[in-house]
Amino acid sequence: MFYREAGDFKTSYQQDNQTFPIRFDRYRYYVVLAVAFGVVPFLINDYWANAILVPFLIYAIAAIGLNILTGYCGQVSLGTGGFMAVGAYACYKLMTAFPEVSMFIHVILAGGITALVGVLFGLPSLRIKGFYLAVATLAAQFFLVWIFNRVPWFYNYSASGQISAPEREVFGILVTGPNAPSWAIYLFCLIFVTFAGILARNLTRGTVGRTWMAIRDMDIAAEIIGVNPLTAKLSAFAVSSFFVGISGALFFSVYLGAVEVGEAFGIQKSFLVLFMVIIGGLGSIFGSFAGAAFLVVLPVVLKVVGVDLMGWATDIVAHFQLVIVGALIIIFLILEPHGLAQLWRVAKEKLRLWPFPY
Amino acid sequence: MKKRLTALALGALMAAGPAAAELVFPSLSYRTGPYAANGIPFADGYADYFTLLNERDGGIGGEPIKMIECETGYNTEKGVECYESTKGEGALVYQPLSTGITYQLIPKATADGIPVHSMGYGRTSAKNGEVFRNIFNYPANYWDGASVAVKHILDQEGGDLSGKKIALVYHNSAYGKEPIRTLEELSKKHGYELTLLPVDHPGQEQKSQWLQIRREKPDYVIMWGWGVMNQVAIQEAVNIRFPMDHFIGIWWSGSENDVKPAGDKANGYKALTFHNFSSNYPIYDDLKKYVYDAGKSAGAGDQTGTVLYNRGLYAAMLAAEAAKTAQEIHGTKAITSQMMRDGMEALDMTEAKMTALGLPGFGPEFKVSCDNHGGNGFGAVAQWDAAAGEFKMITDYFQSDQDILNPLIEEDSMAYAKENNIAPGCN
Repeated sequence: MFYREAGDFKTSYQQDNQTFPIRFDRYRYYVVLAVAFGVVPFLINDYWANAILVPFLIYAIAAIGLNILTGYCGQVSLGTGGFMAVGAYACYKLMTAFPEVSMFIHVILAGGITALVGVLFGLPSLRIKGFYLAVATLAAQFFLVWIFNRVPWFYNYSASGQISAPEREVFGILVTGPNAPSWAIYLFCLIFVTFAGILARNLTRGTVGRTWMAIRDMDIAAEIIGVNPLTAKLSAFAVSSFFVGISGALFFSVYLGAVEVGEAFGIQKSFLVLFMVIIGGLGSIFGSFAGAAFLVVLPVVLKVVGVDLMGWATDIVAHFQLVIVGALIIIFLILEPHGLAQLWRVAKEKLRLWPFPY
Repeated sequence: MKKRLTALALGALMAAGPAAAELVFPSLSYRTGPYAANGIPFADGYADYFTLLNERDGGIGGEPIKMIECETGYNTEKGVECYESTKGEGALVYQPLSTGITYQLIPKATADGIPVHSMGYGRTSAKNGEVFRNIFNYPANYWDGASVAVKHILDQEGGDLSGKKIALVYHNSAYGKEPIRTLEELSKKHGYELTLLPVDHPGQEQKSQWLQIRREKPDYVIMWGWGVMNQVAIQEAVNIRFPMDHFIGIWWSGSENDVKPAGDKANGYKALTFHNFSSNYPIYDDLKKYVYDAGKSAGAGDQTGTVLYNRGLYAAMLAAEAAKTAQEIHGTKAITSQMMRDGMEALDMTEAKMTALGLPGFGPEFKVSCDNHGGNGFGAVAQWDAAAGEFKMITDYFQSDQDILNPLIEEDSMAYAKENNIAPGCN
């Protein structure tokens, strides 16, 4: 009824190619953006920012990054945690070396450095595939964590081996450190998420994205029709690592403020982001957001419901969390292997026919 | 679905708004994960002491205590979530029992004006209260621990360590790395050779470290472990037949949970401590009457009298005493976190006070002041008696090497002050 193409006439190629061809979708997108930028910053408090929204936004960037590599280009990676660590440590070194430079530049540069590292570790993907590549990226994960623990230069020779974010500003507003207002850190992350989302969406539906998908679907066939696997795979690694690096930089500087590489960027982080991508939906930008929201918000909701509303013991709730999240992952994999994004797609299809399905 | 859950969460947040006239003590505990074996007894002790105060005295100075427990799983992200969700309820002091979370909370809590008490853990240089106004780590810190351990080894070796080899097996994290600087300084002074053997989280995999120990045959092994890492290390030491009385753990590596899995072979293992053991204290009569028999014990109630349960009691006792001091200073019963900070800074733990609380001789005497948030650095050595199934104190409390530690603390805290633009001072 509301959600349909009929009557929405496209008169130019540009209009025909837009991201949201359906008018309702387009308005929904603008409303979401308007609420996120115009309403939420006025309502947000420390709890919502630090416990829910900022981690969600940061994990969403990481999930978009991994989705480009795994979902669009078909290269399985277990090195996400390690690449996030590269972003975090690059950001830390830049923040401490050039304190007067805006955080925007630091975070983007940290993403760039991670992209270079990602390309380096992406080189084996030209020779090895599937599980073997997963093992190679696993090696990257362990190597990167080890090197950040081992080489004191990375953590500026601090006694504890931790890196902690000093206070840094963007246009005179603090975005890192404990005194940063919650609306500022939220908006700072939101800007990166928006930018990442738009960039990823447009990359994946253009030439670059099509070559990635060709490689994913059948690399030999792609080669025969003229896709260069070297540039396709390495560009996927570069773009993916760029996003993952940005998320790592934000994770360290804006969200946690002090980070210990083994704990924050260990193998469990790689798996967490991979789960987000799988639950959200491989090869979908929306899926990256849905997966991140699911795995960030669900534990908090379970805790609030279990401990605060029901008054159960904290350990029982923590155990239940593991059971419920684990069960949901299995249920999703069985009932909807394409993830939350597929549910969304099905819902949209249904909506198009509503109220007169045939 | 998501919207409804979010609405639920929002409703819960609103329902749990600031409660009037209650002293809120959040307990950032961990009863799950690889560190649960050590987190549970501490959390139980912490909770039981506050339950006792509520049941027996009606709280502190007549003001009821509300303890909010929040599960962190020793994970910093969950720790942040716990901190944010409890700080709005008027939290007086945080005791996260995790060095990683403490590092996380130091800047946040300082900005929010809430004190953090990292008892025997956290950032050592927080001892310098002129820089770390809201952070306390009395009665002893990691560098004290390292120095006390080396002093004990000196005693064993007749005062000469030149040419001796000491290995440090440590949790490869901010926690485990803390003592390295001190041990290096001490090695310059005493002439021993230090080997560093990091163990990665969570610490189940230590074969290569102990192989190296078997090969290099260090005279002593010092351990900075926590959770499952302790049990594994002690078992591995038993496996390579390392002499147990030459194996010294920090106070976090010295609970029954750590030594029991290795059975009789663990007999003689040493660990440091900054408080006494056992349940032979008058306070246990009250605990039994008001808490255990009333069915109000925290957790499963099976941890009473263990080392870490006592440490939880001790932590809660110090917090309650600081709250009492704050009530006296400010002449009000409903104290705020700022007043709590003043109370902690003016805390004076005397033998008379501990006796009155039913804990005679339980810990060293100390007095907190603005320039010393860390106590006097007294520690003792305890030894595991496998036949009796308990740790026994084998030394009195003795002081760490303050000549070495004070310059290190000064240096590290000043570096922090410079990094964060803090002007050191007492007001």
